[in-house]
Amino acid sequence: MRRVAVVGTGHTPFTFAAEKSSVELFSEAAIDATNEANLKPRDIQALFIGNVLGDFSEGQLMLQSYCADDIGAFYIPSTRFEGGCASSALAVRDAFVWVASGFYDIVLAGGVETAAKMGTPLATRTFAMGHDSHYEYPTGLTFPGLFAMLAHLYSSKYNTPLKRLKEQMALVSVQSHQYGLYNHLAQFHKEITIEDVLHSFMVCSPLQLYDCCPFSDGAAMVVLAAEEKAKELTDKPVYITGVGQSSSGKLSSQKDYLPRIRAREVSVKQAYDMAGIKPEDVDLCELHDCFSIASIIASESLGFAEFGKGGRLWENADAAIGGKIPTNISGGLKSKGHPIGATGAGQVCEIVHQMRGQVEPERQVEGVDIGLTDTLGGDGVVCNLVLQKGW
Amino acid sequence: MSYRLTFKEFNNALKKDKLLGLKCHDCGQFTCPPKMACQECSSTNLDIVELSGTGKIVTFTVSYVASEGRETEVPYTIVMVELDEGPWIMGNLTNIDPNKVTMEIIGKRVKLGPRSKVFPGDAYSIGGKEAETGLARPTFVFA
Repeated sequence: MRRVAVVGTGHTPFTFAAEKSSVELFSEAAIDATNEANLKPRDIQALFIGNVLGDFSEGQLMLQSYCADDIGAFYIPSTRFEGGCASSALAVRDAFVWVASGFYDIVLAGGVETAAKMGTPLATRTFAMGHDSHYEYPTGLTFPGLFAMLAHLYSSKYNTPLKRLKEQMALVSVQSHQYGLYNHLAQFHKEITIEDVLHSFMVCSPLQLYDCCPFSDGAAMVVLAAEEKAKELTDKPVYITGVGQSSSGKLSSQKDYLPRIRAREVSVKQAYDMAGIKPEDVDLCELHDCFSIASIIASESLGFAEFGKGGRLWENADAAIGGKIPTNISGGLKSKGHPIGATGAGQVCEIVHQMRGQVEPERQVEGVDIGLTDTLGGDGVVCNLVLQKGW
Repeated sequence: MSYRLTFKEFNNALKKDKLLGLKCHDCGQFTCPPKMACQECSSTNLDIVELSGTGKIVTFTVSYVASEGRETEVPYTIVMVELDEGPWIMGNLTNIDPNKVTMEIIGKRVKLGPRSKVFPGDAYSIGGKEAETGLARPTFVFA
């Protein structure tokens, strides 16, 4: 397998309801990425694009085909990935494998979503299609509901009093907003306090408004190239050195491990093993904090804290810049935003920008050599990517 | 190979307050809700059985924000129940005011209630004969 690098990135702001279509947002990100890579659209051999709900939000299927055509990458193979919130991570991983295998040299991968356009009731309903429609949705399950149940289970299983857990969760949200404040791409630019979190309205007990990510619109794309090509195109390639992916059944079928998402442990082990690294080697992490409790649960499965102790990473500022494992310094899903089809690729862009020293100085992490991205789609599709600075 | 216990059959039984599951001929464990293969060992050598419908609450949430079209249900309590036979199943808890639900309910014993609530379905949910008269949800009360 050949080495594969990210040679170009494109990332629109993540926003509330956009006034641009999914194809338009994609095109902006895609052309930025190809320009950054000193390429033209006709150099792109294939397109791998994540998009979950284009049919509901815009009445548009076959987004992948229109996207390729729109940027002038005529007739190229173009494939859409649907993996809930992990869609664009799946797209990047798949693209990596095609290039690593030698089938393609230069491809474009990432995703786009216009979820905010749907408005909360329809967005809540369509996101809930990521649950088991026969056996679990009828109970009224929604995504905040799923993570809410994991929060109560976490408190019960690890004997962490709910009050303390909610304070740890609030710290996660507070930190997200602290960094999102400085990210020009972020949906929210306001700091919040623990009190703000604990006094916001209850969505699904025990999750309150600021424990939850917003519905967002936006696109993020990367150009991947085989090593030899990459060195011609940029002097700052970021190599993808490990990939992992796993799937799960409905929530109730995960009974042996909950509140741990076992699929994440399977996926990240693939990624760590492939990259030849351990959790302590990771300098920067972009993990899937769709809800504050999700950060705590993810950090444990990714190996950054013992099970039941993830919240301490935020209590001890270990998840902040200067801490043991800077986490979601982009603002994460809660503050930067979560256009689900684009999120995974957005995480890759953030790590690349941090490695290149291109982010706002207030949130620049020094010395990032190895980064990890983590996305969780639906009840348990997980994808992890290890990125390594290549200069 | 034919699907052993379909949603259609499971759903119809649940509407009559019967909880069906699958017992594995190879490992003896139970799978509920039903699947093609055994939850534990992946065997497809499965027998349909009626489960007790009793168990204990392992976690819950009270939902205040509904999906489009289900606003009148709010607030409601979703529970994850560990059935006595082993499997976990998601359902609703009905004989307590949602606003009074706390962590105290975790560990409490429940049983399938006298009337399974039915989600009638909406524009986006499954159509077809398997869900003609709605999708039942395991509806629990304290035992």
